[in-house]
Amino acid sequence: MTSLPNNSATKRLGLVIDLDTCVGCHACAVNCKEWNAGGHMAPLTDIDPYGAEPEGVWFNRVHAYEAGDRKTGRTVHFPRSCLHCAEPQCVTVCPTGASYKRAEDGIVLVDEDKCIGCKLCSWACPYGAREYDSHSGVMKKCTLCIDRIYNEALPENERIPACVATCPTSARHFGDLGDPNSDVSQLVAARGGYDLAEELGYQPTNKYLPPRPKRESQSQPANEEPSSGLLRWVDRLLSS
Amino acid sequence: MKQQKIETSKPIGDTVKTTTCYMCACRCGIRVHLRDGKIRYIDGNPNHPVNKGVLCGKGSAGIMHHYSPARLSKPLRRVGARGEGKFEEIEWEDALRLATGWLSEVRNTDPRRLAFFTGRDQSQALTGYWAAQFGTPNFAAHGGFCSVNMAAGGLYSIGGSFWEFGEPDWEHARLLLLFGVAEDHDSNPIKIGLGKMKARGAKVISVNPVRTGYSAVADEWIGVRPGTDGALIGALIHELLRTDRIDLEFLARTTDASWLVIQNPGKSDDGQIFRNEDGQPMAWDGINKKLMPARTPEAKISLIGERELPGGKKAKSVFQLLAERYLAPEHSPETVAAITDVPADRIREIAREIASAALDDPMEIQQPWTDWRGVRHETMTARPVSIHAMRGISAHSNGFDTCRLLHVLQMLIGAVDAPGSFRYKAPFPRPIPPGPKPAGKLSQIKAGEPIPGMPLGFVGGPEDLLLDENGGPVRIDHAFSWEAPLSAHGLMHMVIENAGNANPTPVDVLFMYMANMGWNSSMNVANTLKNLTAVDEASGEYRIKHVIYSDAFWSETVAYADLIFPDTTYLERWDAISLLDRPISDAEGPADAIRQPILEPDRDVRAFQDVIIELGYRLGLPAFTTNSGEPKYPGGYADYIVNHERNPGIGPLAGWRGEDGESSGIGAPNPDQLDRYIKNGSFWKHHLDPDQRYFKHSNKRYLEWAKEIGFIPSADPIVLRIYSEPLQAFRRAAQGHGEVQPPNSETRKRILENFDPIPRWRPPLNGLEDPEGNYPLHAITQRPMAMYHSWGSQNAWLRQIHTSNRLFVARELAEKLGLKDGGWAYVKSPTGRIKARIKTMEGVNPRTVWTWNAIGKRRGAWGLSEDAPESNEGFLLNHLISELLPKEDGIQWPNTDPVTGQAAWFDLRVQLEPAPAGAETTEPLAPPLPQNPTKRSRPKYLTYGADFRFKDPVQ
Repeated sequence: MTSLPNNSATKRLGLVIDLDTCVGCHACAVNCKEWNAGGHMAPLTDIDPYGAEPEGVWFNRVHAYEAGDRKTGRTVHFPRSCLHCAEPQCVTVCPTGASYKRAEDGIVLVDEDKCIGCKLCSWACPYGAREYDSHSGVMKKCTLCIDRIYNEALPENERIPACVATCPTSARHFGDLGDPNSDVSQLVAARGGYDLAEELGYQPTNKYLPPRPKRESQSQPANEEPSSGLLRWVDRLLSS
Repeated sequence: MKQQKIETSKPIGDTVKTTTCYMCACRCGIRVHLRDGKIRYIDGNPNHPVNKGVLCGKGSAGIMHHYSPARLSKPLRRVGARGEGKFEEIEWEDALRLATGWLSEVRNTDPRRLAFFTGRDQSQALTGYWAAQFGTPNFAAHGGFCSVNMAAGGLYSIGGSFWEFGEPDWEHARLLLLFGVAEDHDSNPIKIGLGKMKARGAKVISVNPVRTGYSAVADEWIGVRPGTDGALIGALIHELLRTDRIDLEFLARTTDASWLVIQNPGKSDDGQIFRNEDGQPMAWDGINKKLMPARTPEAKISLIGERELPGGKKAKSVFQLLAERYLAPEHSPETVAAITDVPADRIREIAREIASAALDDPMEIQQPWTDWRGVRHETMTARPVSIHAMRGISAHSNGFDTCRLLHVLQMLIGAVDAPGSFRYKAPFPRPIPPGPKPAGKLSQIKAGEPIPGMPLGFVGGPEDLLLDENGGPVRIDHAFSWEAPLSAHGLMHMVIENAGNANPTPVDVLFMYMANMGWNSSMNVANTLKNLTAVDEASGEYRIKHVIYSDAFWSETVAYADLIFPDTTYLERWDAISLLDRPISDAEGPADAIRQPILEPDRDVRAFQDVIIELGYRLGLPAFTTNSGEPKYPGGYADYIVNHERNPGIGPLAGWRGEDGESSGIGAPNPDQLDRYIKNGSFWKHHLDPDQRYFKHSNKRYLEWAKEIGFIPSADPIVLRIYSEPLQAFRRAAQGHGEVQPPNSETRKRILENFDPIPRWRPPLNGLEDPEGNYPLHAITQRPMAMYHSWGSQNAWLRQIHTSNRLFVARELAEKLGLKDGGWAYVKSPTGRIKARIKTMEGVNPRTVWTWNAIGKRRGAWGLSEDAPESNEGFLLNHLISELLPKEDGIQWPNTDPVTGQAAWFDLRVQLEPAPAGAETTEPLAPPLPQNPTKRSRPKYLTYGADFRFKDPVQ
């Protein structure tokens, strides 16, 4: 079994995902795939890519759900990736130490050299965030773009995860959720950001911002005054 | 245990180059990062005006597009029967010689026998010019089945349009209304804008039968019945007029509202705008009680009242005619609720919200500006209601008028290029309608000679139509004929049907580019394939003698061509995203862009534009040949982009012109122009001065600048049109006046029913009601954001997102029909029957079914295995749509908007029934095509990117 870092580091890097703004376009999912296909956990193998059952490794997947009925319901697009939990059982169940949580920033990673592909971690993760690469025989997962966020070869403003950089609606935010004064923490506070399946006790770092209440038109009684027709405009004189 | 050592600062690649995406029509700026000559990563160019650094799912899958196993590798010549898909690979010289032979015979005898149609072409400034040089009027791209109703509806009303020629003011709008935006154009700018609006807390209302994507994040979703948006907009207009919540000053100052329309029933001048001898439209001065030119600065205009004209004729203002029509009870919310499935209260509420957002609590931008008269204004007053509309409006046979109604709605509240409203993108606004007119009258078509203008243009009246001696069409797609007078984008969807029937003339060479007419771009696929393979009984030859097609991929249409020019991918070519064609400007100023070759092709392929420039020389087309008979552009398309001048000083690219490269817009060709573009990130952008950025239709400094740069012929203000004189001209002809009149009574009837100078909703041509109860449901498509409009969307990554499509049905309807979620159903229309797998949902208009567009593929195409879900479960609605309407009065009209010729594929009506248990496959299941003749392996495992990690050891 693998231990979590002793020093409960205050720095907790993660994502804030705005379900009010996500239109379900899959930009984050594909750009993640593209970056990481050649990145720290490369490759993100695709099995049978041109055949009957194409199935690849994706660190980020977008689902669409409907809630409620036709009139009052809504459609929600829900991007799903590793939440970099404070209490990640995917780490503690790992028999080899391959799955680990970094002390310095809380990112949960897999060291493939130690991974034996036993899949215990994917059973332990209630969020379905682990992606087994059967071709490589190892477990893979979101790295929070560890090869971007500290990358000194990139301009400073581009040192953010690929999914955040590419999101066209700005529905994804990256920062230190351990710092209550960070932009992302403030956003979470302002918008009532929440933990996914909080009751399970994994203490996810990533937060979701709920859809804002729909702003219905203010219902007023119909204006039943009879229209004065064209007459009301007869005396209006206008400049060309 | 020791923590893993991670290399966190690995450079992305060894080289980065900028270019323009081509995974849809957005044309975003991208950075392509290369490592060891392979693509490591593609991301958005942060400096680019279109996408500002973001990139969608399609753009992010460019790597898989580029390395697709479906790519063609070498020119192909058909060896089997047409449609069998049997080819031999040939050399380019042989391919070019063969094409030149076919084409020169046509050109030297009857150039009309060439039909040259390009699909998702982003180089129409070149391809249209090439067609004109060849001498055929038979040219268009795919706008006729895409969005001509939006383009024409806008250009004939406000001199700009939604999407390409205008955009919402994302920074200032308080209310955004989306109409029929089926997750389509334009992709990233809408998403960026919605993100901004959401962050500001502005309200979004989406009118759409389906609640996905943009409608899902809207504050309000209005699940309108397809084809009835125009009725809804009419009721909104009714409410704004009834409650007097309109901007009369704007109407009088900026639109034709004050112009007087002659009321002289039965006479030839009835419905004409009354003009003085100088041609100026006249209005009524309420102080002096007399007629005055509408543009008299000191006039005090009165809009209401019947006026007497010299000679005793009567006239009323355009505004009065509009108000009389729309105040009538037939446009009341109560009446319209039954048509649209939108409750009357909700209609009234939306109207109130529009008025309140636009007119109450006016927002002022502290920016002085000067109007066309020279009057200075200290601030810019906002009208913060933006409207954007697209496919769901466009793809109906009443789409042109629905789009015009949206523009009337904008005009009523003054929300045209005001802060917070719809804004023009340069080079728009342009005069209404914009010039020039289409070339290709019969007298202009001569063997061996160019036609004297571009084949596509803007018709002002019957005299501009392209007609034969009997009043029939000249063009193969019947554009600019009585069938579709204002068909500014042509009717590509009718070409193969008409060519197969030699109507009006036989086609000896059908030359197409990037248009999947053999599959998902045709209405009625079976009939299209029949026409492509039809043989003339007498001669034993194909009725369409030769088919040439250029595509980068083994698409369904390839199998139906005789000669294939294999195209490059978008990362292997030069291109100009030109102001002469479809610019990438935004409201802050004009912009254009280039593509540059990022990689050399590893196959024997050539960019299509290089090929037609070469063919142009081989055919001796004047514009592509020097006086001494040499190729004019030996450097191909790149050479043309830099050195071609359409008019002196005006070429494909506006940036860095002049010998010193310091001119914009107009200037001599600059040999370093492409380098300058590349240095700037492969785009050029001019930023308008702050005082030029709004009210461009009336803004003196903007208009003068636009004239100077060549966008508009004069700096006169552009008067927005509620009342369309071109439509009135057609109406007048149908009433029996003028020299050019409809050739028969059926055509007169059709024009009188459908051409109204003041826009008016009418039911789709196939009717809204279903008296016999045969086809009670509407069937439409939405475009999957991760795939739409992308020529290369069929790639290893994107297909994992949409591997096959479902038919979405309202849960209650499915229960009523006995359909189960995941079960199979037959979908029938008068044209055909398909079998589709059902998915039930809540967020859909209860009498509408829908699916994602263009997921279905034919077996064997696109490099997929024959058992790919795209072909065996994926389906197209196209099989159910007819290109022709049922015969009426002995005439069979096309299934198009009668004004513009826009393909009416959203008019589709169907019935649904459960399919009996059987094979879990779609129907029809066309016979498989053979695989791409270039033997490419389809790997069992795709590990793209592994080399980037493992070739460089961690230090």
